[in-house]
Amino acid sequence: MPEPLRLQGISASAGYAEGPLFDLDKTVLSYVGKETAGDEKAALETAIAIAAGRLAVLIEMAVGDAADILEFQIAMLEDDALSSPAFAAIRAGLPADKAWRQALDAEIAGYDASDQDYFRARAADIRDIREQVLRALSEDGNVQAPAGAILYGEDIAPTRFLETDWSSGGGIALKAGSAASHVAMLARSRGVPMVVGLGASPAHLTGIALLDAEHGGIVLSPSRAEIAAFRQASSAFSARRDQAGTFLARPAVTKAGEAVRVQVNIADPSDVDRIDIATCDGVGLMRTEFLFGKTLPDEETQYRAYRKVLEWAGEKPVTIRTVDAGGDKPVPGFTIEESNPFLGLRGIRLSLARPEVFRVQIRALLRAAVHGSLKVMFPMIAVVEEYRQAAATFAEEQARLAAQGIAHKMPPLGIMVEVPSVAIVPEAFVEVAFFSIGSNDLTQYVMAAARDNAAVAHLNSVRHPAVLRLIAAVAAFGEREKIPVSLCGDAGGDPASIPALLEAGLRDLSVAPAQLAMAKAAIADISV
Amino acid sequence: MSVSAEATVVITHEVGLHARPSVKFTKLAKSFAAEVEIALAANGPWFDAKSIVKVMAAKAPKGTVLHIRASGDGANDAVDALVELVRRDFDEGADHARTA
Repeated sequence: MPEPLRLQGISASAGYAEGPLFDLDKTVLSYVGKETAGDEKAALETAIAIAAGRLAVLIEMAVGDAADILEFQIAMLEDDALSSPAFAAIRAGLPADKAWRQALDAEIAGYDASDQDYFRARAADIRDIREQVLRALSEDGNVQAPAGAILYGEDIAPTRFLETDWSSGGGIALKAGSAASHVAMLARSRGVPMVVGLGASPAHLTGIALLDAEHGGIVLSPSRAEIAAFRQASSAFSARRDQAGTFLARPAVTKAGEAVRVQVNIADPSDVDRIDIATCDGVGLMRTEFLFGKTLPDEETQYRAYRKVLEWAGEKPVTIRTVDAGGDKPVPGFTIEESNPFLGLRGIRLSLARPEVFRVQIRALLRAAVHGSLKVMFPMIAVVEEYRQAAATFAEEQARLAAQGIAHKMPPLGIMVEVPSVAIVPEAFVEVAFFSIGSNDLTQYVMAAARDNAAVAHLNSVRHPAVLRLIAAVAAFGEREKIPVSLCGDAGGDPASIPALLEAGLRDLSVAPAQLAMAKAAIADISV
Repeated sequence: MSVSAEATVVITHEVGLHARPSVKFTKLAKSFAAEVEIALAANGPWFDAKSIVKVMAAKAPKGTVLHIRASGDGANDAVDALVELVRRDFDEGADHARTA
């Protein structure tokens, strides 16, 4: 039994997980075998097609010798003579990866054995072809961590998080990462334990690990005593969470009898399948970036996603934010690479710059609006002209839908308060229907401390007086002008920050679903 | 196969029937309905001229006498066209010989 190894980081999503460590950064992907020879055959066919497709993309950009080599590789890949020994091996019972490797190795051996330099050199091309198909095979969406595993690595992509099945437990332990990253938000909303900022590991880590994401630590090769203590802490945490659960079904009220609206933040339409609408006051923020995950979704896809959530919420309001791509949320084919993406073309700036993409989303929202109580807000508004331009585009698309006789409804249009220019001069925005304070971005912009940088995490605090003063100013302005103000950042669900937010005058918070009970319990404990 | 056309041609390309020429060779062969085969000797073994894997596996270096035979629709045209391609040095000038 090796010595226990303890690493300390920062908690990004409270909870406990005990399970095998799964290395996210392992470059060699492994292929997962299929049930039947038919499935193995299909997997290999798909992988060959993917590899050929990638080469076809590369050849578009290649010239001269590089193009010649790629053309040769494509011709080889498309030749059934190359793959037929592999398919024969699959029929004989081999999995696709072994069958392919065996077939190609035989081909490579033939080149290696040549007495001509030129032909011997072609072995490298065939090896290249072999590796490309193996890569496509192992990427085939089936490189999954074992159930209940603790995903360990430098950082984790949001898509990776969403692809993982968390139903049987598990957690995330990152060497870098940030408690304010989007994956951390997702982890909190799904109740997945997550620790960030563990730093470089002293050795290659493997085996069973104990993840204490309440205090931000992880233990490898734990001793028996440690395992016992861990399990005790884990059950105590569950008990506290369950106790908070008794607050879930009740409206949130402070000790002084002040009612506080508590809504939920969701990212994916399927999130609502796990939430009882009776436990919240609506959806304070529905993100739409994740619909935009790998490709740009068409109008119908978006319409169905929005409609699903609106119908689930019934008469309660659903606030959908137009796509907030850019920053740390790149969308292939939409966002652009920038040296400083948080200060670049993101949020509404990008939507206004790409009206053909924005209009698709607007039409889907206008059509979905007839199915419930929809509100729409724009992210990253800095000046009122951006709001006006976005609102004008809504009006244009509304007129177009009316002319086409398509059912639709104009929702109230509001803005996110996250760029300090809005929080400092809210009176410039008196025409908007509502304000929603995005405390994550507002904090990072006011404190000039990136939310995805563990080294400046101590500066990134919503409870800094500078941030709280701005929040209070917006709340007071909304009160005076009868413009509703809510807050949908992580701070809304953080029991340690809720007292300060209520003192700043807020009475409308939107939190991750997993924090709903804890937030309501925290509100009940405040004497405001 | 029942051969209806056959011819031989000397490969003059510096590195033989290599990657780029074999891509051209198999593409041209595939443009004919006829079955086409190549060999490095009159008595075989014969390789499918439409398969780049097989053509490459023939490993025909410079100076090889390449045997080409075909059968079926357009067999004569196929053999003539392929012989022409080899004779034209695969439409590559001498400067291409530098590349592998």
